[in-house]
Amino acid sequence: MSTLAREGALARPARMVVAERRRRPFPWGSLTVHGLLLLAVAVIAFPLYYAFVISTQEVSEVIQKPPRLLPSVHLVENYYEAWQRSGMGRLLLNSMIVAVGVAVGKISISMLSAFAIVYFQFRGRQLVFWMIFITLMLPIPVRILPTYEVIGNLGWLNTYAGLTVPLMASATATFLFRQFYLTIPNELVEAAQLDGAGPLRFLWSILMPLSWANVAALFVVLFIYGWNEYLWPLLITDTEEMRTVVIGLESLIPRSGTELPTWNYIMAGAMMALLPPVAVILFMQRWFVRGLIESEK
Amino acid sequence: MKRAVFANRWLPYLLVLPQVLVTVVFFFWPAAKSLYLSVFKSPPFGGRDLFVGLDNFTALVVSPEYYDSVVSSFVFAGGVTGLSVVGGLVVAALANQKIRGLTFYRTALLWPYGIAPAIAGIIFLFIFHPAYGILPYFLSFVTAYEFNWLLRGWIAMALVITATAWTHLGYNIAFFLAGLQAIPGSVIEAASVDGAGPVRRFTAIVLPLISPVTFYLVVVNMVFAFFGSFQMIHAVTQGGPGHSTEIMVYKLWKDGFIGLDLGSSAAQSVILMAMVVGLTVLQFRFAEKKVTY
Repeated sequence: MSTLAREGALARPARMVVAERRRRPFPWGSLTVHGLLLLAVAVIAFPLYYAFVISTQEVSEVIQKPPRLLPSVHLVENYYEAWQRSGMGRLLLNSMIVAVGVAVGKISISMLSAFAIVYFQFRGRQLVFWMIFITLMLPIPVRILPTYEVIGNLGWLNTYAGLTVPLMASATATFLFRQFYLTIPNELVEAAQLDGAGPLRFLWSILMPLSWANVAALFVVLFIYGWNEYLWPLLITDTEEMRTVVIGLESLIPRSGTELPTWNYIMAGAMMALLPPVAVILFMQRWFVRGLIESEK
Repeated sequence: MKRAVFANRWLPYLLVLPQVLVTVVFFFWPAAKSLYLSVFKSPPFGGRDLFVGLDNFTALVVSPEYYDSVVSSFVFAGGVTGLSVVGGLVVAALANQKIRGLTFYRTALLWPYGIAPAIAGIIFLFIFHPAYGILPYFLSFVTAYEFNWLLRGWIAMALVITATAWTHLGYNIAFFLAGLQAIPGSVIEAASVDGAGPVRRFTAIVLPLISPVTFYLVVVNMVFAFFGSFQMIHAVTQGGPGHSTEIMVYKLWKDGFIGLDLGSSAAQSVILMAMVVGLTVLQFRFAEKKVTY
């Protein structure tokens, strides 16, 4: 009995090992997969690497043949020069204000309207829901001239309000919060009511702490959206002080043939402009993926 | 809707007010105004609007330039969508092979999504630069063909398509990975027990199961290419050379803000509106099926 049991105990793992070995003698398959994936990573990373390399070279190196694919030593002076020429400090500040403003604004007003739609019965609830839904079908290009006119009439050209408020309506964020509120058990709100909490108290003390994960995920996605918006700031700003970085970078590009091909400064500017949103994705990757996928459901 | 627990006469209206205000002032009113302007002719330097019926539309329909911009838009959107959806599927299928480091690969492939298309465009502009770019330089060893996007429309188009697909690939990979991971392992195992090899398992089982994701991504990528790519064109090619990369959103901006032809620009807006409504309806009719597998 005991020997049998021992035999069994010994034999089984041994058999499994054999089976395991027979199935994959050597992980050629998985090595190939890793190889192909690393190739994809390298192909995707190359443009950024190349931009970085150019941003560290001086003009003579930028235009030399064959192209030099290794970084040079002019990083500090190029970034300093690009910063000076484009007024980068102001550009980055403006982009930061716009990106944070749009993200916080969208999240706040979406949270409030989703709360009203889920927790209140009121005349016109369905209408509000559809109005929000329809904004999905009205991207800036389809209302470009009249929106510009509205901003002009409000006196919002070249203002932060003009840069952020019109972008704050958000169907996706509203739907995300609505979806989330619907998953919260009714007992919670009943308990809160028994304890004498009114609607705003419930929203502030119970719903908002529970929504934190959704807020973080949305914030990352919306921050990137706000940072990279282009058509809108191009339309409603025409002063250097109010440009965002994605627009302002253009001033570094030589358009006429007689200018020096200062691509090292352009690339230095591009690196500074893309660093904040890319860093946000890298450091908040989990939130970002969640935000992307959740907000599209 | 499962409940409505708080009773309050005015609070719900106050809560939806900010969203409704933004929606009405910056979305509905301007969209209605676009519709209105599209049937008028407005003198660019003031004066009374003149009702012209559908003249702005018929002028567009017969205009070879508008026709070109429609063709360019579809070439551009088709190129971006094809490249980034197919590329995204291939890479996601590789990363889903039960290997270590999935999170690393996902991060390493996703980050270009954070780069604004305009900036991606500027980087690719240099890679394609006829005098200093690395791509024409290496191609010059292979072919005598002059690889100059400033002279050849199709190269300019390839430039903006590649740069746009580069920023959007990570988005598609993230969605395909989520879709692939939702497929139960038992389904794949059952197929291998039945003797299906990896290729057959992929084409006969995985592809049909993720087809809702694929469809969704095709629509989203088309919408993005049509409506989100103004910046790529504006920052890189400015529609050129000639009109070869003048996609519809760029032409509408140019006609409205540079050419000051408000009626035509508004009519172009209305045509785009019809397209985005169609695409959105398509997307949402399908969205219900998306989560059912």
